[in-house]
Amino acid sequence: MTLTTIAFYAFAIVLLASAVRVITAKNPVHSVLFLILAFFNAAGLFVLIGAEFVAMILVIVYVGAVAVLFLFVVMMLDINFQELRQGFMQYMPVGLVVGAILAVELVFLATTQLAGGPVGGQANNAPIPPVDQMTNTEAIGHILYTDYVYAFQVSGLILLVAMIGAIVLTLRSRPGVRRQQIGQQLDRKRGEVVQVRKVPTRGGV
Amino acid sequence: MMSDILAQLGAFWADLPLIVRIVVGILTIVVPLLIGMAMLTYFERKVMAAMQLRQGPNMVGPFGLLQPFADGLKLLSKETVVPTQANAGVFFAAPMLTFLLALVAWAVIPFGEGLVLADINVGVLYLFAISSLGVYGIIMAGWASNSKYAFLGGLRAAAQMVSYEVSIGLVIITVLLCVGSLNLSKIVEAQKTVWFFIPLFPMFIIFFISALAETNRAPFDLPEGESELSGGFNVEYSSMTFALFFLGEYINMILMSGMTTVLFLGGWLPPLDIAPLNWIPGPLWFIAKITFVLFCFIWVRATLPRYRYDQLMRLGWKVFLPFSLIWVVLTSGVLVYFDLLPK
Repeated sequence: MTLTTIAFYAFAIVLLASAVRVITAKNPVHSVLFLILAFFNAAGLFVLIGAEFVAMILVIVYVGAVAVLFLFVVMMLDINFQELRQGFMQYMPVGLVVGAILAVELVFLATTQLAGGPVGGQANNAPIPPVDQMTNTEAIGHILYTDYVYAFQVSGLILLVAMIGAIVLTLRSRPGVRRQQIGQQLDRKRGEVVQVRKVPTRGGV
Repeated sequence: MMSDILAQLGAFWADLPLIVRIVVGILTIVVPLLIGMAMLTYFERKVMAAMQLRQGPNMVGPFGLLQPFADGLKLLSKETVVPTQANAGVFFAAPMLTFLLALVAWAVIPFGEGLVLADINVGVLYLFAISSLGVYGIIMAGWASNSKYAFLGGLRAAAQMVSYEVSIGLVIITVLLCVGSLNLSKIVEAQKTVWFFIPLFPMFIIFFISALAETNRAPFDLPEGESELSGGFNVEYSSMTFALFFLGEYINMILMSGMTTVLFLGGWLPPLDIAPLNWIPGPLWFIAKITFVLFCFIWVRATLPRYRYDQLMRLGWKVFLPFSLIWVVLTSGVLVYFDLLPK
């Protein structure tokens, strides 16, 4: 057994165990922490198959940003854990159906991929560059910015729209709130705010 | 004669099993790093003392040099207190995670030409990923302590680190545009003609300030602001658990200085490739540059008062983010127009 095999089984076992703990953990914060562990181990698996760029992006985007916001929200919420558990059996069939569909899709994808057929209808005719000539960062860049440039830009646009939507929904201008206007503060001239007066003795201003 | 011995040593080294080589490599990085961290606390106290016209530590050992070890021994011998309402598992995992993440990032830092533990192609992304994980140690500590101050400190830290990561990411992108590779050794080699802090000076400043915020150092040390949060996220920690946070924070400081050195100050390269300067070995240049950046960290701490929280957020999102975004566009525009893009 080589080091790679040991690493693969270690990552895979921890990944599956933490994925199970995500849905069985009593405390939602623990769930999110196990989710993060699962992401991290998935990144480890990506590294093992030589896709180091995808692995790092997975950690940066999902673990470093998305999961932090999850954790943020879950920590701030005051959830009654017992109530949350009650609907579990009710939603179980729906969950099972979704899981089954996902599993079928994965199996289908894996079998067609192994048979060498095209995935997703459109065959990518570009030859796959050998690993020793091109790092996979470059390879992804070459595909993403040539063949799929419109899809890539559109997905960026969709994210931008979602972001602006979230800002529009939460932005409200409340009257009567005094905020620091840094521009105004810096804009003040000495003549506007400082007065030099001659104060007569015993007279006051 | 000398080269014979070196060649024999090289052959002996190559014959060792991989696992032995990795363990020896890790130890040669971690042991000096821990000693360096201890010396950094001493350095900080001495420099700040000098700036405030004091003596600083001068009792333990010659010139007080053994003070950090005395402090470490004191922390070791104290009792570990766990709050009754604390979530024990997460409470203990948090300091370990902080310390571990601070150490693993060093795997990809190049100390000299070819002197790197793991010369991976995506070195910069690896560093960025590890430093973005650092927030978990703090947020877990804040939540698991089950204390108001700790929780507020943890939340502040999370918001602050996520905000400043954005500008750090954009700064890294500008550097990568000039290099054309994500490999840290290649980034250093690309600075043979000119160190990047000269053409990208504004980015260098933004990176340095963001590094201060990312490591929770003054003037951005709101997560542990003692005047308002009485210590912040690590309020409930004592003994070794506290020591691990402390170690993690200082090693992160050294790491961010190392990143600044690699990205902007030419890594192990001498300032000019002329006779007396290039006799000094690369790792010494690297350490000297890191020490300089660390001195700037301490200098800032001794000089500036703490930021207010809303001003901190404003600086991150409304000043640094647009500015660094514009610089990314500007840099790529200039590179394309003058046909300077690395092939």
